[in-house]
Amino acid sequence: MIPGLSIIVVEKDRDRALLIVDSLRAAGDHDIHVIADETGLARKIAERNPDIVLIDVTSPSRDMLEELTLASGPMDRPVAMFVDQTDQGLTKAAIEAGVSAYVVDGLRADRLKPILDAAIARFHMFQRMRIELAATKRALEERKVIDRAKGILMKAKRLTEEDAYALLRKAAMDQGRKVADVAEALVTAAGLLS
Amino acid sequence: MTALKVGFIALVDAAPLIVAHELGFAAEEGLALTLTRAPSWSTLRDMLVLGQIDAAHMLAPVPVATALGVGGVATRLEALAVLSVNGTMIGVSTALADRLRQIGYGFDFADAAAAGLALIRAADGRLRIGVPFPFSMHAELIYYWLSALGLPADPGIVIHTVPPPLMAQALAVGDIDAFCVGEPWGSVAVETGVGALLLPGTAIWAFAPEKVLAVRQDWAASQPGLTARLIRAAWRASRWLDDPGSHMTTAEVLSRPPYLDVAAEIIERALSGRFVISGRGEERQADPFIAFHHGAAGFPWRSQAAWIGTQLAGRMGLDPTQAASAARTVFRSDLYRQALRGTGADLPGASEKVEGTVSRPLAVASESGKLFLRPDQFFDGRVFDPLSAAR
Repeated sequence: MIPGLSIIVVEKDRDRALLIVDSLRAAGDHDIHVIADETGLARKIAERNPDIVLIDVTSPSRDMLEELTLASGPMDRPVAMFVDQTDQGLTKAAIEAGVSAYVVDGLRADRLKPILDAAIARFHMFQRMRIELAATKRALEERKVIDRAKGILMKAKRLTEEDAYALLRKAAMDQGRKVADVAEALVTAAGLLS
Repeated sequence: MTALKVGFIALVDAAPLIVAHELGFAAEEGLALTLTRAPSWSTLRDMLVLGQIDAAHMLAPVPVATALGVGGVATRLEALAVLSVNGTMIGVSTALADRLRQIGYGFDFADAAAAGLALIRAADGRLRIGVPFPFSMHAELIYYWLSALGLPADPGIVIHTVPPPLMAQALAVGDIDAFCVGEPWGSVAVETGVGALLLPGTAIWAFAPEKVLAVRQDWAASQPGLTARLIRAAWRASRWLDDPGSHMTTAEVLSRPPYLDVAAEIIERALSGRFVISGRGEERQADPFIAFHHGAAGFPWRSQAAWIGTQLAGRMGLDPTQAASAARTVFRSDLYRQALRGTGADLPGASEKVEGTVSRPLAVASESGKLFLRPDQFFDGRVFDPLSAAR
């Protein structure tokens, strides 16, 4: 039985951290520790001396980990960015999914791969969630502004709701713009005139 | 039009690439740039290494580090041009600023020796200084400055890596006592009431190559046409940027949310060199604080790369002679020269110089015969001879 690896996950969001830990547990019997507070990050990691550190590539705090790659860094064991360790394909997949890994020198690729695979799958899911959330938010905002534009037209031109929307749609088609953009322009203009 | 993907970090010195895109200098070269703001230097570097972007706004020491085999990246990066000279700011926490005032320091914003000695006197134990990245001109300037004044890195100072937008916060929570960071983030620390500005980077080295236009070595080799067009686009943008009449427009463009997302008024301080240095509203002038074009600022001198290589070698226990030789090949003065031939750009005749010898604007041999080099002195008067370093 190969002993488990010591893994640190740097993640502020508690729910996300729990999901990552779950998927890593499923990948093997590893000792997993989450760091949520990023102040003094390099020092905190050095104290725990892990085999692997996983961090979101969109976190600005990632640069704090680069100190660990210096020969004179605070860690006893040299750390390399994952880019160096194995095939670029896996590294690329990881970065594209939004996770980067720092591993100690000499850690075998076959031990690392299952962990990376689990993290990549989880981060892909986060990305999908983020895109879905952004799209939903945008749709809601557009709907809100269209409703306000409709209201303005109904009041100013004494139209029914249906006719007001038809007018917006026609203006958008004539100008080759989105209904939401025309509505936005109308709301802004009405705000200036009122 | 050829589409090119270019990455940058939210800093004033990303201006040449942002302006090349926004004001049409890239389009003049038939390039359609897609600009991506990266969240950190390491992520920007990885995007470049892995081919997600073609070119990047990059800290000058990063490509040099790849040539020296340090920093954990095996892919070689090269500097096609210097995007900016100087443009960094050294600041201190308000507590440290108060102690500096107590011992009679006058915040003259010019004398690096006086500022450094006062800082060493006022320090309460080891000085903790934030820089944006382990391989950065910021770190090199801090090490050079304080060790020349008798405060060696070990045990005198602790350098912490802090991402630029988080520098003010790190100061506020007491993680660091001082910082060296690119604008506008030094001024942001003043605006948020957590810090005071001590010195512009120019006070330590008057002509320090700060950011470069970086690409992968294999990309530059396989795309000579695109390489030349990219160099020209950056050069045209830089020429426009150094015209004082462009400052307002530049500040306005950079302030937009996809770029820096910071008030134009704060960004303009870096361009005009007129800074508010403390919460008391004191003003100081740095002239110039940053250069994009004047004095052949864009020219990637091989001697600048050799200086960086030698400094890195000294700190990381590498052979300095080998490091200087490896470093100098990274700054592609040859490609820069080739790309700008016939554009009217005035280029120096040489590709290396003894760094630190120019004390006032100096006429040197150039392709049109009238290029003036800007002062490039180090604050302690030392010079760096690349030939003796690389032999």
